[in-house]
Amino acid sequence: MSLLQVEKMTHYFGGLRAVHNYDIHIEPGQIRGLIGPNGAGKTTIFNLITGIHQPTEGVVSLEGKNLVGLQPYQIASAGLGRTFQNLLLWRHMSVLDHVIMAQYSRMTYGLVGAFFGTAKRKRQETEAEEKAYRLLELVGISGLANQNVLNLPYGDQRRVEMARALAMEPKILFLDEPTAGMNPEELLQMMEIIRQVHKEFGLAILLIEHRLKLVMELCEEIQTLVFGEVIAEGTPEEIQNNPKVIDAYLGKEAID
Amino acid sequence: MEATSSELSAPESGLKSKIGRLFSRVPIIGWLFGALVAVILEQIVGMPLALALGLPKIPVLFGFVTVLKKPMLVPSTMLFVLLIYFLPIVIIARLSLEPANRLAEKLINFSMEGSVLIHLVLLYAILHIWAEVSDYRLLILKFTLIAIMVTVSLNVINGYMGEFSCSHPGFMALGAYTASVFTVSLFVNDSLFGQALLPSFLGPFLFPLGLILGGCVASLGALLVAIPSFKTRGDYLAIISLAFLFIVKSLIENLEFVGGPRGLSSQPDWANLPIVFAWTVACIWIINNFVRSTLGKALNAVRDEETAANAMTVNTRRTKMVAFMFAAFWAGVAGGLFAHVLRYVNPTTFGIQKLAEVLAMVYFGGLNSVYGSIVGAVSLSILGEALRPLELFKWIVIPLLLILVMIFRPTGLIAFKEFNVKKLIRPKQSPGKEV
Repeated sequence: MSLLQVEKMTHYFGGLRAVHNYDIHIEPGQIRGLIGPNGAGKTTIFNLITGIHQPTEGVVSLEGKNLVGLQPYQIASAGLGRTFQNLLLWRHMSVLDHVIMAQYSRMTYGLVGAFFGTAKRKRQETEAEEKAYRLLELVGISGLANQNVLNLPYGDQRRVEMARALAMEPKILFLDEPTAGMNPEELLQMMEIIRQVHKEFGLAILLIEHRLKLVMELCEEIQTLVFGEVIAEGTPEEIQNNPKVIDAYLGKEAID
Repeated sequence: MEATSSELSAPESGLKSKIGRLFSRVPIIGWLFGALVAVILEQIVGMPLALALGLPKIPVLFGFVTVLKKPMLVPSTMLFVLLIYFLPIVIIARLSLEPANRLAEKLINFSMEGSVLIHLVLLYAILHIWAEVSDYRLLILKFTLIAIMVTVSLNVINGYMGEFSCSHPGFMALGAYTASVFTVSLFVNDSLFGQALLPSFLGPFLFPLGLILGGCVASLGALLVAIPSFKTRGDYLAIISLAFLFIVKSLIENLEFVGGPRGLSSQPDWANLPIVFAWTVACIWIINNFVRSTLGKALNAVRDEETAANAMTVNTRRTKMVAFMFAAFWAGVAGGLFAHVLRYVNPTTFGIQKLAEVLAMVYFGGLNSVYGSIVGAVSLSILGEALRPLELFKWIVIPLLLILVMIFRPTGLIAFKEFNVKKLIRPKQSPGKEV
């Protein structure tokens, strides 16, 4: 059985069909890519799987556990971590607090611990902080731990998102355009981080990207989405040479 | 505090920076010693000095009240405050610089909890001696402490959680009435509830139980508000909580067995200064613990970006409901204390004016900050008393002040500052090291 199974997932926004019969099976440790022009429904697929929207039809399961109908936090706790395309950071919190916050579900000291500052709370908070520092080290911004997150340049904010998603100890990581708005140098660094994360944690990753270079280099298999439907699926080479993909991205004349 | 701020602006004025440097190294315990000496001094020589300066009695609130009532007495009042408070505090703080720092260092090394306790005992001693001068002072002090509780707990909702709740006076009312019914029916021979059911010597021991009961009833009320309002974000909470405030008020007005609009009186006199002080400290301690834990910081995450919080395993709805009920609990406890300080409650007390007062304290002091709430509650309580001679115009001056704060510091005086007790009481320089 696959780690993540999505079958025949369909979603309507009112009368608009945003996603139609979407299927994906991700095995543990796989890196998969999802590409497609703007408005193709890539982020909607992420939002459907992570529970922000509820699919109109279809089956979504993680390790055999059904995810449809669960709240986002339950899906996240089940082992699905994600980053956001448009950087959803907490604007009054420090970088360190971001990464600690994502370990919320592992804070088991309860309200008694929160109110009275028990030893268990101190231990768990310290552990969380140490782990946060390790992750910040991994993404290369441990020096900025105590900065407010808004003081960071854009590229570093993306790293915060990455560290935050990793802090949840996910089994599968959804990256929604992790390099959007980055310059070429930052892009290379981010690619290195993704590779390293993949190697170190053995994570399965589903990647949405616009930059084909990144997808082609990282992913084992790629799906191309147009108007909510998968029009092509295969290895990077197959995708690159698929006329439908070229058509969708570059227009008809490019083929002729 | 002023010392640090003047230190920041050091390059501009030489004298100011010099003074700043002199006093920025005084630890909190040094200031407390100074204040202790000042209040003891007032006890001993206050009256003769006041008479010698031509004042009818010791100025009760550092002369704030005199300023408006009898402007002619202002110079002598100022002289009194200078001689009794300002000079002793400043001199003692400066003189005790070295020993105080060494003491603070020793205490903190010995035990953090012990050090906090000693600071609190000192603070209590100061307040106690200060309040002995007149009953008016004692009353103001108790009300200020209660205001601190209400403000800090409301800040959990309006500041830390970023929702706008208007029902805090309603929660206070629930707590006040529950605690009053508890004490009056059990321990007082009263016309409403008949004979006392328990011997009165048990009373002071069971009083905390009554307060907690009041807090729990307030929490239940909060649950009623929370269930419909936290399904979505936005202004719903403000509207529903405002409605709740009015519901509670008219409910009590129509409940004959608690006295209806006439109110409920003859509460036993158990809310003395140590009790109120202890509850206030407990309230600040627990709330501060909460908001500094990851469970409490989840409130900030929910406020700043709920979608992200939810995607990062935070159960946002539960987080909001728990925090709301938690804040209501403390409002209920504060209400219970309020009822027993005044020894009389009526429904009108917990109306829209109370709401304005509490909201003003929260927004004046600063959002997302226990520090700010303490400052806001204390300063507006004192200001409210000082402006009492203005009668109705008081409610023009205070909102004006609030508008000014909103213009120049939109989130309040001391917003988004962590209340770190350890930082507060630690020595300001290592002993032996000369500057």
